[in-house]
Amino acid sequence: MVNAPTVLVIGGGSTGCGIARDLAMRGFDITLVEKGNLTNGTTGRMHGLLHSGGRYAVADQASAKECIAENRILRDIASHCVEMTGGLFVQRPEDSGEYFRNKLQGCRECDIPTTVLSAAETRAKEPALAEDVERSIAVPDGAIDPFRLCVANALSAQRHGARIETHAEVTDVLVEDDTVVGCNVRHHTGPGKRTHRAPGTTEEIRADYVVNATGAWAGQIGELAGVDIEVRPSKGAMVIMNVRQVDTVINRCRPKGDADIIVPHETTAILGTTDKEVDDPEGYPEEQWEVDLMIDELSELIPVLRESRSIRSFWGVRPLYEPPGTGTADPTDITRDFFLLDHEERDGLAGMTSIVGGKFTTYRLMAERISNHVCEQFGSKADCRTAEEPLPGSEDFEVLRDHMEAFGLRSPIGRRSTQRLGSRAEEVLTTDGPNPVLCECEAVTRAEIQDAIDQSGTDLNAVRIRTRASMGNCQGGLCCHRMANELHPEHEEPTVRTALDELYQERWKGQRHALWGEQLSQAMLNHVLHGTTMNRDHDPARQETLDFDAFDTGIERTRASDGD
Amino acid sequence: MAISDDVIVIGGGLAGSMSALSAAKAGASVRLISHKESTLRHASGLIDVLGYPTEGDQPVVNPFDALDELPDEHPYTVVGESGIREGLALFDEITGDLYAGTHTDRNALVPTQQGTVKPTARYPRSMAAGIGNDRETLLVGFESLPDFDAPLAADHLEAVNVPFASRGVTVPFPADLRVDAKYTRFATALEREETTAALAETVESHLDGAERVAFPALLGRDNDGSVRSSLESHLGVSVFELPGGPPSLPGLRLVDRLSEALDAAGVHRSTGVPVVGRETAGDRVSSVLVDRGNHTPHPYHASEFVLATGGLVGKGIDSDRNGVHEPIFDCHVPHPKDRYDWFCGDAFGDHPFARFGVVSDGELRPVDAQGTVEHENLRAAGSVLGGANIAAEKSGSGISLATGALAGRLAAEAI
Repeated sequence: MVNAPTVLVIGGGSTGCGIARDLAMRGFDITLVEKGNLTNGTTGRMHGLLHSGGRYAVADQASAKECIAENRILRDIASHCVEMTGGLFVQRPEDSGEYFRNKLQGCRECDIPTTVLSAAETRAKEPALAEDVERSIAVPDGAIDPFRLCVANALSAQRHGARIETHAEVTDVLVEDDTVVGCNVRHHTGPGKRTHRAPGTTEEIRADYVVNATGAWAGQIGELAGVDIEVRPSKGAMVIMNVRQVDTVINRCRPKGDADIIVPHETTAILGTTDKEVDDPEGYPEEQWEVDLMIDELSELIPVLRESRSIRSFWGVRPLYEPPGTGTADPTDITRDFFLLDHEERDGLAGMTSIVGGKFTTYRLMAERISNHVCEQFGSKADCRTAEEPLPGSEDFEVLRDHMEAFGLRSPIGRRSTQRLGSRAEEVLTTDGPNPVLCECEAVTRAEIQDAIDQSGTDLNAVRIRTRASMGNCQGGLCCHRMANELHPEHEEPTVRTALDELYQERWKGQRHALWGEQLSQAMLNHVLHGTTMNRDHDPARQETLDFDAFDTGIERTRASDGD
Repeated sequence: MAISDDVIVIGGGLAGSMSALSAAKAGASVRLISHKESTLRHASGLIDVLGYPTEGDQPVVNPFDALDELPDEHPYTVVGESGIREGLALFDEITGDLYAGTHTDRNALVPTQQGTVKPTARYPRSMAAGIGNDRETLLVGFESLPDFDAPLAADHLEAVNVPFASRGVTVPFPADLRVDAKYTRFATALEREETTAALAETVESHLDGAERVAFPALLGRDNDGSVRSSLESHLGVSVFELPGGPPSLPGLRLVDRLSEALDAAGVHRSTGVPVVGRETAGDRVSSVLVDRGNHTPHPYHASEFVLATGGLVGKGIDSDRNGVHEPIFDCHVPHPKDRYDWFCGDAFGDHPFARFGVVSDGELRPVDAQGTVEHENLRAAGSVLGGANIAAEKSGSGISLATGALAGRLAAEAI
C-alpha cells in the first residue's frame, strides 16, 4: 500500500501483538509500543490453558463457542506453541451430578467434542487423581505457551514491516480537535532494543489511528485521552509445581470457584486460580492464603500435591470489563466476553478504539475484530489472513521435525530446543562455535540465548520468556550469570551486571511464595552460590576502592617484608 | 553384629570430617556416617573465616578483629577466637601444602571467575599466584564452558580497581570432548601432556607481555598441581586458578584430601546411608537409626554423637509450609511462625532463613526453646548450627572448621 495509514497499537500482550500482526499483514504501517517487555501484563501471567470452551459451556456459551473455534485455529497456526494435552472435567463424590450433566450438555451444544470416562478410565488416564473421583468428561483442552505465542506474533508483524518498541511507555495521548493523533512515548533506554544503562529518550509518535490494547491498563490510557473506560481488574494466583503431576489439563467439574484447575505446562504443572477484584492492576497484595488455597483445594483432586515441590507463584490481573450500568458485584460473575469501544461513537473522541475484556484463547479473534474495525475507518477491503497463515516457528514444522538430526546437540536437548523453536530451529541452532547448554533445567543452549538477545537486547527477562532459560527448578541460580555472560562483549561489563541483577531479582520475586522444603533448600543454595562463591551481594565493583595492600599480600611479598 | 563406636559423627562434609578427625586425634574410635555426596564438592574450595561481619559493604582485613561485632547467638561467639584458631590449625595440619594463607591472619582478596575479589582466610595453593601483586594478568576461558567469560571477568576486575592490569581471552578447549561433557572431564583431559602443551601453545600467542595467566579452576583433577606446573614451564610465567563453581575442582580436591586424612586417622566410615532417627535413654542418645535399605532401620551405638548434617542446602535443616525442623533429633530450630517472615523482598537481603539452624550451649550441645540441653551427649557442628548468615558474612567454611574441631574434641573428651 502506498502511503499506508499509520496505526499505533498500545500494549504488547497477546491482543496488541495479534492486532499488530493482523493489520501489518493487511498492509497498514504499524508501530506497537509496550511499557515493559512483551507479555509484561496479563499475557505473561496466565496459566497457559488453551481453552476447549468447556469451562464456559454452562454459564457463557457464546464464549465457549468462540473458544473451541479459536482452539482449532491455534492448533494449526501456532503448532509450536501448543501442546494438545487434552483436558478432563473431574467429578468428586461431593460434586453435583446435575452440574456434570449440564456441563456435558453444554459442551455438546457448543460443538465441543466430549467423551465421558468412568472412574476407572479417568484414573487410568491420570493415575495421580484421588482414588474416589467418580467420573470425568474429556475435552480438547490444551497447554499453550503465551510467551512464545506473543513473541511469534510480534516477529510476524515485524516481518510485515511493523515497528515493535518495548520498554516504551505512553506518557500522553495527543488530542487535536476531538481527534486522537498519536502519543508521546518515553523509551526507557532509547528506541530499539533495550540496553541497560542507556539514557532514556522521548518521542512523539503521530498516527492516523490509535488502538488501545492495554487490557487491565486500558483505563489508564483512557484517562490520558480524557475518556472513562471502566475496566475491573481481577487478580488470580497461580502456583507452579516443579514437575508435571498430570499430563492432562484437570478441571474440577463444579460451578465456578477458586483453585479448580491444573495445567501441565512444559516441565511444570500450574495450579490456578483465585478471582478477586483489585483497584490497581500493578499494586495489589500477593497473599499466602492464595498459595495455600491452591495447594489444599487441589490436593482433593491430586493428593500428591500436598507433598510436592512448588518452585514459585505468580499473579495476573484479568482485564474484565462490563458496560456502564451493569453493576455486577462479584467479579467471578463478570462476563469473559470482549468489547470493542469506539471512542468516537461512545465519547465523541475520534481516532481511537479500545479493546477490553476477553481472554487469551480468543486473542486472535479479538485482533481480527478490531482490525476489521480499523479497516472500516480507512475503507480498506483487505481480508484477515491470521486464521490461515502460520506464525513464525509453525511453518512446515512437521516436515522439519523429521530432519532434526542434531546440530551437535545431545538428543534430549535437541528435542526440547526444536519443540520450542519449531520451524525456526535450523536458522537458530546452526552455529559456528560450540553450543553448550546454558540452562540445564530447561535444556536451553547458547544459540537459543543468542537468538533471543538478537531480538530483545540486554533485557534478560525478555530472553527468559523467549527461551524458558532460568524458569526451572533452580530458578536461575545456576544459569542467570551464564545468560548474562552472553551479552558480553557486545555490551559493556556494567550493563551486563545491571541486566544480571534485574533477572536475578525477578526470579527471586516469584520464588518467595514457594519457600519451604526443597525450594527453600534451593533458595539457600542459590544464596550461597551467588553470595559466598561469587560475592555478588558485596560486589566490590559497586564500592569505593579497596585498600588492597592492607590485606594478605601473598606468600612471597609477606616473606620478603618479614625479612626487612 | 552390633555397631558401636566411641563417637558417631553424622554428616560427611567439611564440619563432619573435621569433627571426626578432631575426635580421632583426641584418641576416640570414630564412625562417620554420610548419606549423599558432600556439598563441599560444589564449593569454590576457598576457606572463608569472616569477610563481612555486618551489613556494611567493606570487607574486614582481619577476621579476628571483627569477632566482637557478631551477635551472641553466632557460632563464632560460642567457640571464641581460640575455637577458630583450633579449627584452622587442624585444617592446616590436614591440608598441608594444598592450601596457603597460613602466613597471616589477614584476609586475602582472591580474584574469582566473576571478576570480583572475595575475602578469604585460606586458599588453594593453585590460586596463590593470584594474590597480592601487581603483575599484568591474562585471563583464559574456554568457548565450551559458559560459566566463565574471561574478557567479561577482566572488565569486572577493572571495575573493582584491582592493583593489576588484566585482559581476557576465550579459546577453544584443546581436546575433543563430547558436547556438554562433565566439568571433571575437562580437568582430567588437561592431565594429558599433549593437551596441556596444545593449550600452552594457544595461550602463548595471546600473552603479549602478561606476567601471569589465570584459568578457571579446572587445571587437573588431582592435588599435585602438575597441570599448573606444566603450563608454567611451557609459558614461562606464573599460572593460577580462579575459584568459581560449580563447576569447580578445588572443592573436589579438598574432599579427596579430607578422605585421605580420615582413612589415615582410622575413622570408620558408613557412606551412602541416611540416619533416619535416634533412640534415647534418659537425657542421652543411645543410638542413631540408619536406613540400610532393609525394612527396619539399624541402630548404630556410641557414647557421644556429633550432628553435622548441614543446613538447608544439605538438608540437615528441613521445612514444610508450617515450620522448620531438624529431622533426626528434632532439635529446636527457632523461626518466625509465619513463613512469609522467613525471607526479605530483596534477593540479596538479610534473609532470616539464612540463619536457620539449631541453637547450642557453650559446648556446642543443641538446646531447646528454654535453653535446656536437648541431649547430654549430642553436639552440633557446621551449617546445622543457626545464627550466622554464612553467605553474606563469608563465614561458612570457618564455622565448619571451628565448630567441627571443637565438637569432635569435646566429644572425645567426654567419653
